[in-house]
Amino acid sequence: MIRISAPDTATAGEIIELKAMIQHPMETGYRRDSKGETIPRNIIKQFRCTYDGNIIFEGEFFPGIAANPFLTFHARATRTAMIEFSWTDQHGERWSEERLLTVS
Amino acid sequence: MRRLVALALLLSACGGQSGEYAQQSQIPPEAIQSGYTFLQPETQALQDDDFANPGFLWVDKGETLFNQIPETGAPACASCHAADNRPLSGVAAHYPVMDEETGKLMNIEARINACRERHQDLAPLDHESDALLGLTAYVASLARGVPISVNIDGPARNYYEAGKDYFFLRKGQFNLACSQCHNDNWGKKLRGDTISQGHGNAFPAYRMEWQTFGSLHRRLRDCDSGIRAEPLDYGSATYMAVELYLAKRAEGLAMESPGVRR
Ligand code: HEC
Ligand code: HEC
Repeated sequence: MIRISAPDTATAGEIIELKAMIQHPMETGYRRDSKGETIPRNIIKQFRCTYDGNIIFEGEFFPGIAANPFLTFHARATRTAMIEFSWTDQHGERWSEERLLTVS
Repeated sequence: MRRLVALALLLSACGGQSGEYAQQSQIPPEAIQSGYTFLQPETQALQDDDFANPGFLWVDKGETLFNQIPETGAPACASCHAADNRPLSGVAAHYPVMDEETGKLMNIEARINACRERHQDLAPLDHESDALLGLTAYVASLARGVPISVNIDGPARNYYEAGKDYFFLRKGQFNLACSQCHNDNWGKKLRGDTISQGHGNAFPAYRMEWQTFGSLHRRLRDCDSGIRAEPLDYGSATYMAVELYLAKRAEGLAMESPGVRR
């Protein structure tokens, strides 16, 4: 599951708040199961947000980040365009969601 | 862990002779408080924010499943439960209830699985699967803010009594009863926690310790293993009975699911 909070509309120059959460275990690779076997690491490595194709926010994730990572950040609305939120895990699997921002 | 052992010794010393049952203490009705009251302000803030609360990942998932037509073509949950047809708003606050068909007590999870088997011809979902947690969270979220009230008349009475019995029964290597923490010592510290009154109104809930969402029975298993007693199976008749006793004991408290807990 992915949860996004982004405004549908904004006025040019306005600062908008963007929030993104993804369901992911962020398994550290340091834990063991009940049989003593290491639970393999399984983490998201990268988050990226683009606005009209330009990167406006990017982050690299490490094993110390809690499960279901949640990010809040801000951007300046300049033109009507797509905002894309994407996550890529350590195996290269990628999840993404888009929201159209209409700027007047 | 040493503090827990110390507490166990202290409690067994206070209890005088270590009997089978702890004394039948009670929380006065005017003092009943949700576990929320005992949380750190940051954890409360997380529960209060419907976006930041990670439990909503499961509520969203549950809502999607609720409206989805199963692959077999069976009717979706939503086709039998809509605003004008068997609405589910508020119902979770009155669970567990007696199932007329089997004569057994059932909680929301069991009810959802019963609907799958009887009305959708689908296999029951596994305990703690994302799908069952999601549907339970969704149904429970439709009762958010509704005061708990359950029926313990008739055949439910035996379950209520059995649940109460379990609550006061001293067990495990620490020989502790639920009541000794949640009736007699709420508000005090136990390791990193403040002991609450042990109500189930936030469940299913997101626990930081789990780094995921879980059922009330998972919480009960944690309390049982905490006192080194054998945790019971998910959905066991005894945990169902404890769930009914807890609901009666918490009557009037508002439902909080999806709660956030340490
Ligand atoms: C050694 C003390 C201890 C015993 C005995 C114990 N618990 Fe707990 N319980 C805790 C602690 C600590 C927590 C987490 C903090 C809190 O109280 O909410 C907790 C949490 C809970 C919660 C969740 C409360 C919330 O709002 O999140 C419930 C419900 C609960 N216990 C029920 C029980 C039941 C039923 C039993 C007996 C089977 C039991 N507990 C036995 C210490 C105990
Ligand atoms: C074909 C119709 C049908 C479908 C599909 C169905 N249900 Fe039900 N549901 C019922 C009926 C009828 C009842 C009343 C009890 C009974 O007869 O089983 C009920 C009862 C319930 C209740 C308890 C309501 C109360 O007041 O106590 C819940 C909760 C519930 N269903 C959830 C679900 C969920 C979740 C799904 C999807 C997984 C679902 N149901 C699918 C027909 C349906």
